[in-house]
Amino acid sequence: MYLMLSTILFIIGAVGVMARRNTIIIFMCIELMLNAVNLLMVAFSTLHNDSNGQVFVFFIMAVAAAEVAVGLAILSMIYRNIKSIDTDLLTKLKN
Amino acid sequence: MAIMFALMVVFSRNPVNSVLYLVLTFFCIAGHYLIMNAQFLAVVHIAVYAGAIMVLFLFVIMLMNLNQESEPQKSPMLKLIAGVAGGLLLFVLVGALKGTEQINLTQYGHSDIGLVSNLGKVLFKEFLFPFEIVSVLLLSALVGAIMLGKKEIK
Repeated sequence: MYLMLSTILFIIGAVGVMARRNTIIIFMCIELMLNAVNLLMVAFSTLHNDSNGQVFVFFIMAVAAAEVAVGLAILSMIYRNIKSIDTDLLTKLKN
Repeated sequence: MAIMFALMVVFSRNPVNSVLYLVLTFFCIAGHYLIMNAQFLAVVHIAVYAGAIMVLFLFVIMLMNLNQESEPQKSPMLKLIAGVAGGLLLFVLVGALKGTEQINLTQYGHSDIGLVSNLGKVLFKEFLFPFEIVSVLLLSALVGAIMLGKKEIK
């Protein structure tokens, strides 16, 4: 049952990344996908009475926090250059 | 309920509303952790995600003054394609998982793996090296974020 729930959350996050243009909401949907995976890992670790799952969830949370920090720093740098966070404006790879 | 809040995250117009719905989603997931008796992870989840990461998001949104969604939407064809692709993925995954054995929900909550003392024992015995590496990773992320955020001083 948690398998289904986590899958549905993951797919909602994936659809959100594909269908939104606002970069901040894309970041939030990435976090949602990571959380869906966390939920699934905790479910399986309590099912099989294995503590490896929960330890790995701990590490995933730490990595997600670091990634959000760096991602938001990049986002604010982009905002300083072009005054919007629309991803459709970022079509040039060089000036 | 987590599904409902996640859908509101994706489909709401205002970014501030999206962030608040994401916070509610995190609280729902923390509730699921508590059902499974993973107490340490539930508290860490709320403290790290709902406490720190969402505050970061709110700060960035407030700094950029994104109260109204002012940019034009993606073309409806693209949104439809994204919806169809996601729907297909959902269909495939749910179909693949329907054949697995049905596990009763009451089997979940009776282990004491998630208690702080037990989890700490495993964390510091077998996973000591990744733990230290994670601290170095956080340090590097911190340095990187600060370096990216500095203005150029001419």
